[in-house]
Amino acid sequence: MSAEKIMILGVNHKTAPVEIRERLSFSSDPGTPYRELKVIPGCEEFCFLSTCNRVEVIFVSPTPEETEKKIRDFLFDNSMSYDEAGQYVYLHQGKAAIQHLFRVGASLDSMIVGEPQILGQLKQAYRDASEQNAGGMILNRLMHKAFSVAKRIRTETEIGSSAVSISYAAVELAKKIFGNLKNKIAMLVGAGEMAELAAQHLMNQGIAEVVVANRTFERAVNLARCFNGKPVALEELIPQLEHVDIMISSTGSPDVILHSKDVKPLMRQRRNRPLFLIDIAVPRDLDPKLNDLENVYLYGIDDLNNIVDINKAERDKEAVHAERIVSEETLKFMLWLGSMEVTPTIVAIREKADAIRKAELEKTLPNIGSLSDKEIKAIEKMTSAMMNKILHNPIVYLKKDASHKDKKVKLASIRNFFNLDNSE
Amino acid sequence: MGYLLFQITLFAYVLATGGYVVYFWSQRNDVRTTARGILIGAGVLHTLYLIVRYIEAGHTPLTNHHEAASFFAWSVTWGYLSFHWRYNVRNFGSFVSPLITGLMLIATFSSREIIPLPPALKSAWLPVHASIAIMANGFLALAFCGGIMYLLQERELKNKRFGLFYTRLPSLESLDQLNSHCLAIGFPLLTLGIITGSVWAKQAWGAYWQWDPKETWSLITWFLYAALLHQRFTVGWRGRRAAIMAIVGFSAALFTLWGVTFLLEGLHSYVG
Repeated sequence: MSAEKIMILGVNHKTAPVEIRERLSFSSDPGTPYRELKVIPGCEEFCFLSTCNRVEVIFVSPTPEETEKKIRDFLFDNSMSYDEAGQYVYLHQGKAAIQHLFRVGASLDSMIVGEPQILGQLKQAYRDASEQNAGGMILNRLMHKAFSVAKRIRTETEIGSSAVSISYAAVELAKKIFGNLKNKIAMLVGAGEMAELAAQHLMNQGIAEVVVANRTFERAVNLARCFNGKPVALEELIPQLEHVDIMISSTGSPDVILHSKDVKPLMRQRRNRPLFLIDIAVPRDLDPKLNDLENVYLYGIDDLNNIVDINKAERDKEAVHAERIVSEETLKFMLWLGSMEVTPTIVAIREKADAIRKAELEKTLPNIGSLSDKEIKAIEKMTSAMMNKILHNPIVYLKKDASHKDKKVKLASIRNFFNLDNSE
Repeated sequence: MGYLLFQITLFAYVLATGGYVVYFWSQRNDVRTTARGILIGAGVLHTLYLIVRYIEAGHTPLTNHHEAASFFAWSVTWGYLSFHWRYNVRNFGSFVSPLITGLMLIATFSSREIIPLPPALKSAWLPVHASIAIMANGFLALAFCGGIMYLLQERELKNKRFGLFYTRLPSLESLDQLNSHCLAIGFPLLTLGIITGSVWAKQAWGAYWQWDPKETWSLITWFLYAALLHQRFTVGWRGRRAAIMAIVGFSAALFTLWGVTFLLEGLHSYVG
C-alpha cells in the first residue's frame, strides 16, 4: 500500500492561537467529528485527537488531497477559506505523517517535551475511533505502533523525566509549605498539559478539591470534569483566591492576570494562610512582585526547572536518541506498508510455506535411510506440488479484482491467516 | 557527689548534641535514635542531679545563676522530649540540643556555691514561682528554636535557592504549628509565673507590684507574647511574623532572667 494515503491534518500550540484550537476541539460534543467525518468521501479510516494543545485528524484515504480539503472545511466550519485556514494548520503525508504521529505519541511534539499525558489522550482518541467504527487495518496498526514507539522511547530514554520531575518538584514544594496537602484546594487557571499534569500530581497527593478557572466557562466545565473539580469563570479568579491554597496558572494571556495589589488585601481575609502560586505560562501570568508578599510563594517555570536541575545538554542528548527511535520505527512501518500489496503478500505467503516445507524435509529425510538422488527429487517435487495446490485458492482469491476497501480487508485477513506480520 | 553528677550530665548533653549535629549532616536514622537515647539519659541524670542538689542545699535549688541555668536546661530538655512524644518535627533536636548545652555551659561557669537562703526567699512560693517561671522559659525557648527553623526554611523557599535546610527542615506549616503549640503551653506558664510572683511579693514585701526592673521586664515579655497570640487568633498572624515574634519574645525573656540581674539593680537582684 502506498504510504501517501496516510495524512495528518492538525493544529497545535505552535501553529494556532488558543482561540482557533478551541474552535476545532469539539469539546462540548465529542461525537460530532465522528458523525461528520465519516460521511466525507474517501475518509475510510480516521481518528480524531483533541487535547488542550492540539487538534488532529489522522486519516487514510485513497484520494488524500480531496478528502483533506473536505476535512479542513468541516473543521473550520467554512468560517475561513481553505488558504486562510492554511496558515494555522500543518499537513503531513506519508512518511512524514507517520513520523509526526510517532513524535506526538512519544511527547516529542508537546509543549513540555516528555510530558506523559498525551499518550493517554491518544489512546483515548483511538478508543473513540474504534467505538465509532472509524478505524481500519492501516489505522489500527499505525496507532498501535505509535503506542509502542512511545513506550519504547519512555523506557529507553530519559525524555520523560524532566516534565515529570517539574510537576513532582511543584508537589514537593507544596509539601514543604503546607506539610499535609489533604485539606488543601488547588486552582487551575487556563489549561495546558503541564498545568494539568501538576494538578494531577496534586490530586494524587489527596488534595481536597480542584477549582478550574477559564476564560471560556465551557472549557472550565470540561476540564473540571477531568479532575472532579469545580468550574469557575476567570472573572471569579480573585474572590476564589480567598479559599484556594495552590494556584497553577497557564493561560495564553499576553498580560499579567494577577497583580500583587490584588492579592495583598486578600491575605488578611485568608488570615495569612500561605498561598503557593505556580506560573507555567509564557509570557507569565503572575506578577513577580507577588513573591514579596508575606506568606505568598511564587514559582515560575524557570524556578521549577532550576530545582530539578536537569542538565540541558543531557536533555538534548535524550531528544536525539528519541528522534532516532522515531526514524527507525517509521522506516519499519514504511516497510510493512510496502508489503501491504498483493504481490508482496503472495511472495511472503510462498516464502513462508516454502520455509516450512524445507524445514520439514530436512527433519524427515535423514530418518528414512538411504535414498537415491532421484527419490529425494521426487519427494521434493511432491511436497512443492502439495504446497502450491494448497496455496492456489487463497492466491487466486487475493488476486481477484476488488474495490479498494475490499482489497484492504482481503489483504488484512489473508495476512492474518498466515500470520505474516508476526503478531501473536 | 552532686558536682560529679553534674559533670556526667553535662558530658551526656554534649554527646547528645554532637549526635544531633552529626544527624543533621548525615540524616542517618540510627544516629538520631542514638542521640535521642543519650538525650533521654541526660535528662534522667539531670533530674537526679536536681534532687541531689535539693538535698545538699536544704532548699529548692533555684536561687543562684548556676541553679537557674541548670533548671532552665532541664525544662528545655523535658519540654522537647515531651513534644517528641506527640509531634515529629524533623531535625528539631539539632536546634534544641545546642541550646541545652549552651545553658548547661552557663551553669558550669556560674558559681555553684550554696548560699544560705535569705529570709525573704524562705517561702513555699519559692519552688512554685521560680519553677513555673523557668519552665515557661523552657517552652518559649522551644518556640524560639522553631522560629529560627521557620526563618531558615522560609528564606530558602522565598529565594528559591535550596541549600542545607530545604530538605532537612520540616514544612513551614508544621514549624508554624510548633510555634503555636509551644506558646500555648509557654504563655499560660509565663502568666502563672507572674501571678505567683506577685502573690509572693505581697507576702514578702507587702505589695503585689513594685515596678522593680525584673517585674517590668517580665511584663514587657508577657505583652510581647500576648500581642503575638492575640494577633494570631484575631487576624491570623502566622509564619514569618510569628517566628520573628517568638525570637524577639524569647530575647526579652532571657533579658528578664539575666539581663536585668546583671545590668539593672532591683529587689530581685540577689536572685538568679
